[in-house]
Amino acid sequence: MKHTETELLELKKAISDMWRLVQSQLEKAKSSLLTGDEELARVVMSREKRVNAFELKIDSDCENYIALYSPVAIDLRFVLSVLKINKTLERIGDFADGIARFVLETDGHDQHLELLKELDIENMFGCVIEMLEKDKLALEEENTALAGIVFTIDNKVDGCYADAIQILAKHITAHPGDVLYSLNVVTLLRKIERIGDHCNNIMEELVFYLDAKVLKHQKTVIDKEEK
Amino acid sequence: MKLEAKNVNFFYGDFHALKDINMQIDSNSVTAFIGPSGCGKSTFLRLFNRMNDLIDGTHLDGECIVGDQNIYDKSVSVDELRTTVGMVFQKPNPFPKSIFENVAYGLRVNGVNDKKIIIETVEKSLKQAALWEEVKDKLKKSAFELSGGQQQRLCIARALAISPSVLLMDEPASALDPISTSKIEELIFQLKHDYTVVIVTHNMQQAARVSDKTGFFMLGELIEFNDTKKIFLNPDKEQTQNYITGRFG
Repeated sequence: MKHTETELLELKKAISDMWRLVQSQLEKAKSSLLTGDEELARVVMSREKRVNAFELKIDSDCENYIALYSPVAIDLRFVLSVLKINKTLERIGDFADGIARFVLETDGHDQHLELLKELDIENMFGCVIEMLEKDKLALEEENTALAGIVFTIDNKVDGCYADAIQILAKHITAHPGDVLYSLNVVTLLRKIERIGDHCNNIMEELVFYLDAKVLKHQKTVIDKEEK
Repeated sequence: MKLEAKNVNFFYGDFHALKDINMQIDSNSVTAFIGPSGCGKSTFLRLFNRMNDLIDGTHLDGECIVGDQNIYDKSVSVDELRTTVGMVFQKPNPFPKSIFENVAYGLRVNGVNDKKIIIETVEKSLKQAALWEEVKDKLKKSAFELSGGQQQRLCIARALAISPSVLLMDEPASALDPISTSKIEELIFQLKHDYTVVIVTHNMQQAARVSDKTGFFMLGELIEFNDTKKIFLNPDKEQTQNYITGRFG
């Protein structure tokens, strides 16, 4: 194998390693949220620095690869995709950190844990973790057929989010004293919903890398054409 | 084996071709020299096996050190120096001999007559030059029957056969097609495990792909010498940036 190919494989390994770390962060954040485990939340927050360090390293690796090897065609698309996926994974890491902070900063007594259950956050969270897994699988197997699955799950996440907001509105009406906590929960729900969007974006980048197709903003274009 | 230039000034008659060059080249590394035509990079490269001695009216001030020895010291034998410092030129220049004899030539000239050693060394050198698989069944054929890229790798094998520690390459791939160029580049990358390689190239991407350190020359001056990553990502000197981005001139 040529040394230029070895460099690409190392870049792929680096982004996979970061992916695993971010997945682990999400799973821990989910578990700490649903059980109110503050110790686990602290673990997530302490590991956030590692995610940031990964981002800097991969950024630097990509810059070096472009500067030294002037990639073209699929190699160029790969490096450009890795740059964007790297940034997106870091953002997802930030959300995991934010969720861990929610666990530490809000009162996670039994009644609140019950509310989170009612909002079906476990299902919503499970969906975004599955999206991130499918994205990773698509990269490893170079299989963009998984895109459809990821986009479908994202629609489901959007539905969960809308439903949860309705339930929360009713909860606030019934429990006016719980407004502050409920507002924090809205932020929490928004974070999880945004993770889903980011997973979508990652898949779009993988489609760009593997199939040389641009899916970004396609919906907007279609909407305009319909008008 | 490491190389060093100390306060090197070189003149072609009255023309001051190299101006106060100082450089240290690590052993087992690839160093690339880049710069516009006439900047002095090839002149500087050739100093390290005293190729410029052959040109009338030239004059050197300063020291060129190979290992621990100033190679311009009167006690140094040029013939011995060239067994330590091999050279590969821009155009492949095989001898009008068989593939085998091209590689064996340097050994014979240096007094090696043991047939077994010669056969073993020819095979080893051709393998190091990533040519063995392509020529092992036609070693007695003329070297001129090989393609340009193969001829260049044969010349590299010829240079390696006498076990140099340093390999100087003056635009070794500029006359080759992209596939042959790619093979030569990969070979250069592999050779640094056993040799100190210095390459002059007009192809900046080539310098970026294969080298650990890069020196940028202009008008006889060494403008910048640094890690290749640094040169191609964030050079210190504006002149370097202008050259590598094509804004030069």
